[in-house]
Amino acid sequence: MPESRIASFGRFRRSHEFWLLMVILGLCASLGFANAQFLTVQNLFDLLTSYAFVGVLALGLLVVLIAGGIDISFTATASVAQYVTLSLANAYGANWISVFAIAIGIGGALGGLNAIFIQKLRIPSIIVSVATLNIFYGLLIFFTGGKYIYSLPDWFATGIFWFEFEWGKDSSYGINLQILALALAFLVTWLLLNRTNIGRQIYAMGGNADAAQRLGFHIFGLNILVYCYMGVMAGIASLIQAQLAQSVAPTVLVGKELDVVAAVVLGGASLMGGVGTVLGTFLGLTLLAVLQNGIILLGVSSYWSPFFVGLVILISVSATAWSQRERRTRSARR
Amino acid sequence: MATFLEMSDISKRFGGVHALRGVDFTLEVGEVHCLVGENGSGKSTLIKIISGVEAAEPGGRIAISGKEYPKLNPVYSTHCGIQVIYQDLSLFPNLTVAENIAMAHHLGGLHSVNWASMRATAKTTMARIGVEFDPDAKVSELSIAGRQLIAICRALAADAKLLIMDEPTASLTRHEVNALIALVRELKRAGICVVFVSHRLDEVLEIAERVTVLRDGAKVGTFAADTIDGGKLSHLMTGKSFEYQVQAPELAAGPVVLEVKGLGRQGEYEDVSLQLRAGEVVGLTGLLGSGRTELALSLFGMKPPDRGTILLDGQPIALRTNAEAIDRGIAYVSEDRLTLGLILNQSVTANVTLTVLERLAGAFGLIAAGARQSHVARWVSELGIKVSNPANAVKTLSGGNQQRVVLAKWMATSPRVLILDSPTVGVDISAKDGIYEIIRRLARDGVAVLMISDEIPEVLYHSHRVLVMREGRLTTDVAAAATSEDALRQAVNA
Ligand SMILES: Nc1ncnc2c1ncn2[C@@H]1O[C@H](COP(=O)(O)OP(=O)(O)OP(=O)(O)O)[C@@H](O)[C@H]1O
Ligand SMILES: [Mg+2]
Repeated sequence: MPESRIASFGRFRRSHEFWLLMVILGLCASLGFANAQFLTVQNLFDLLTSYAFVGVLALGLLVVLIAGGIDISFTATASVAQYVTLSLANAYGANWISVFAIAIGIGGALGGLNAIFIQKLRIPSIIVSVATLNIFYGLLIFFTGGKYIYSLPDWFATGIFWFEFEWGKDSSYGINLQILALALAFLVTWLLLNRTNIGRQIYAMGGNADAAQRLGFHIFGLNILVYCYMGVMAGIASLIQAQLAQSVAPTVLVGKELDVVAAVVLGGASLMGGVGTVLGTFLGLTLLAVLQNGIILLGVSSYWSPFFVGLVILISVSATAWSQRERRTRSARR
Repeated sequence: MATFLEMSDISKRFGGVHALRGVDFTLEVGEVHCLVGENGSGKSTLIKIISGVEAAEPGGRIAISGKEYPKLNPVYSTHCGIQVIYQDLSLFPNLTVAENIAMAHHLGGLHSVNWASMRATAKTTMARIGVEFDPDAKVSELSIAGRQLIAICRALAADAKLLIMDEPTASLTRHEVNALIALVRELKRAGICVVFVSHRLDEVLEIAERVTVLRDGAKVGTFAADTIDGGKLSHLMTGKSFEYQVQAPELAAGPVVLEVKGLGRQGEYEDVSLQLRAGEVVGLTGLLGSGRTELALSLFGMKPPDRGTILLDGQPIALRTNAEAIDRGIAYVSEDRLTLGLILNQSVTANVTLTVLERLAGAFGLIAAGARQSHVARWVSELGIKVSNPANAVKTLSGGNQQRVVLAKWMATSPRVLILDSPTVGVDISAKDGIYEIIRRLARDGVAVLMISDEIPEVLYHSHRVLVMREGRLTTDVAAAATSEDALRQAVNA
C-alpha cells in the first residue's frame, strides 16, 4: 500500500531518528571534506571495531531504559565477567563457546541480582545500580589487587577474521569478533523488541506500569529478563573488549558508563521509560563515534571530546523536546 | 435471565480505611448496571475486586458464570471476559492505536508478534463501534475522547462479556457523552453486560436498567432504574436531599478587575471582549472546540493571544507565562486536573501547600509545621476531602477526592481572578454543593470567578452572568436572571 508507506515516511520524517540521521550525514560530509582519512573503508572498520564494546552495552541499556528502569552497574559487571572468565580459561582451558557461556552466565546472574533488589525491595533502580556498581567493582579489586592479565589463550588472542578481503595496498579487512558481536547484538535486540510479544510488553510496561499490571503482565518476570539481558550484554561486551585490548584490565572499564548512556540517550531513548528504538541507538552510537573520531582526526585535543559530546547531547535533547512541544501545541489547536 | 457475576459479602480495608463492608453484588447477562455513590464510597474499589487487581478480605465469595473464584486475579478475570476501563483509562501512551487495541496479542508466553494481524484486529474492532483512527498513530497523540474509544475497542477486542467503565464520561463533553450512551446501547444489544460508574445522575437514569447505590463502603440497595428518580437517588447516596435551584448569589459586583478587548488567537478564538467584576461569578459554556478552554488558557498566560488586549485593573498587561498570571493573582484550575494538577506520589499536605509555601513561611523563611498543618486541616474540612491522614499520598485517594485536592491547592492562593474549568466533573453531589458554596463565598469576598462548564444548569444557577462561545466567538453575554436553560441550550447548539 503506497498510501501507508507515504504516511509512515511522513512519520519517520518527524521522528528523532530522522533528525539524527541528517545530523550524522552532515557531520560525515564535513568531516570527509576536512580530512580525507575520515571517509575511508579502513576508518569505517576501525570505528565499528572500537565502538563495538560501547554498542553492545548500549543495546542492553536501551532495553532497561525502555522498561522504565536504569542500570549503570554494567561496567562493573563486565569487569567481573571478563576477569573471572579469562582467569578460568587460562587455568582450565576453554573454547569460544565455553568462554561466552561463562561470561554470559556471570553477567546474567549479576543483572538478575539487580532486578531482585529493585523489584522485591522496591528500591529505585538508580540507587540499586549505583550500589551494585561499587560492590561488584570493590570486590573485584579486593580479590585481584587490580592486576592486569596479559597472557591470554592463543586462540583467544588470535580472534576470528571472516570474509577477509583486500582493499588498496597491503591492508585487509574482514568481519572480526567485535563486528560480529555488535551485529548480532543489534539483530537480537531488534528482534526481541519489535518482533516478540515480550518486547512489546517491555515497551508497554515502560509506558504505563500500572496499566501493565492491571492487564496481568508478569511484571517481576519482565524485570528479571530486562536486567539479565543487560548483564548478558555486559558479559559479551567484556570479552570482545578483552580480545581487542589483548589483556584483561579490571580497572579500565568502570568509568565508561557515560559513553554508553550518551549513545542511548542521543538515540532518543527516554529516561522516563517506554521510549527508544534500536535504530535510534544505532544512530546515537554512530553520532558518538563520528564525533569522537572526528575530533581526533581534526587534530583537536581529545580533552575536548567530552565537551562536544555533552554539547551535542544537550542540543539533540532540546531539539526533540522543542519539536514535540511544537507538535503538541499544533495538535491541541485542531 | 442468567446471572453473569455473583458476589457476596465483599469487604476491603486499606490500612485503617474500610473501603467496602460486606457488599453483595450481582449482574445479569446483558444488563446495563450503574454503580453510584459519593466520592470515596468504594465504587472503584469494588471494580478492582471484580477485575482481580485487588483481593477482597477472606470471607467474600465471587462467582463468574456460576464458577467460584476464591483467588481472582487479572488473568482469570480477563479470561472470563471481564474488561475494565479505569478512571485513568490505563492505556499505553507510547504505543500505537493498533497495539493498544490488540493488546491481548501480547499476552502469553514468548511468541512472535504479528503486526499485520494486530492492525487488522484494530481496524475491525474500530469498525464495530464505527470509529476510525490511524492504527499507527501513537495513543499519546489522541484527545481524551479518542483515548476513551481506544480503551473501549481494547476491551471489545479482548472479547469482553462484561465491560466495566469507571467514570467514562468525566472528561467528555455532552456531545461525546451522547455518542458513548448510544454505544453502550449497541453493546447491550450484542449481549455484553455493562457496568457504568458516573456522578451525573441524569446519565445514570438514562442508560441504566438497574442501579446499585453504595454509601461509605456499604451497599444501600439495588434498584430498577424506572422506579427511581434523581432526587431519590441522591438521597440514597447521601442521606440528604438536594434540589437544583437558582442560587443566585447576591450580587455585590464591584469594579472591573479583568477586562478583555478584541482578543484573538489564530485558529482558536476571535474577537472576544468581556469584563469580569470583583464579586461576580461569570459562567462560560459552549461545545468542545468552541474556544472556551483556549480563552481561559490565554487569560492564564499559557496561550498568549495574537491580537487584542488584556487589562487588569484598567492597566494593559501582557501575560506570557502562567507564572506572571499567578503573580498577578490569576488562578486557573484546569479541566484535566488529574494529570496536570497533582503530584500523585506526594502527600495531600504537600499538594495543598505547594502553591502557598511562601505565605506559610515564618522566621528565616522556614515553614512552620504547625502553620502548614492548620492550613491543610482547614482546606480538608472546607472541601470535605475524605482522607484518613493528610500525610497519605494523593494517589490513595478516590478520584473525586483527588479533584478536591487540586481545587484546594488553587483556592488557597486567594486569587483575585479565579478561572475554574469544569470544577465539578467527577465530584459527587454533596461535594458539588460544597464547591458552589465556596465559589459563592469567594465571590462575596470580592474574587472575580470565571466558571467554565458543560452543564448548562450549573452555569445558569450558580453565576450572575452567562457567556456562551460558539466556533471561537463569544455569542451570548446575558444576566443569568434574564435567561433560561432552554435559551442557553439553543445558544450553545445553534
Ligand atoms: N490504595 C489505597 N490505599 C489507601 N486507601 C485507599 C486505596 N485505594 C482506595 N482507598 C480508599 O478507599 C476508599 C474508597 O475509594 P474508591 O476509590 O473505591 O472510591 P470511589 O467510590 O471510586 O470514589 P470516586 O467517586 O471519588 O472515584 C477511599 O476512602 C480511598 O481513600
Ligand atoms: Mg472512583
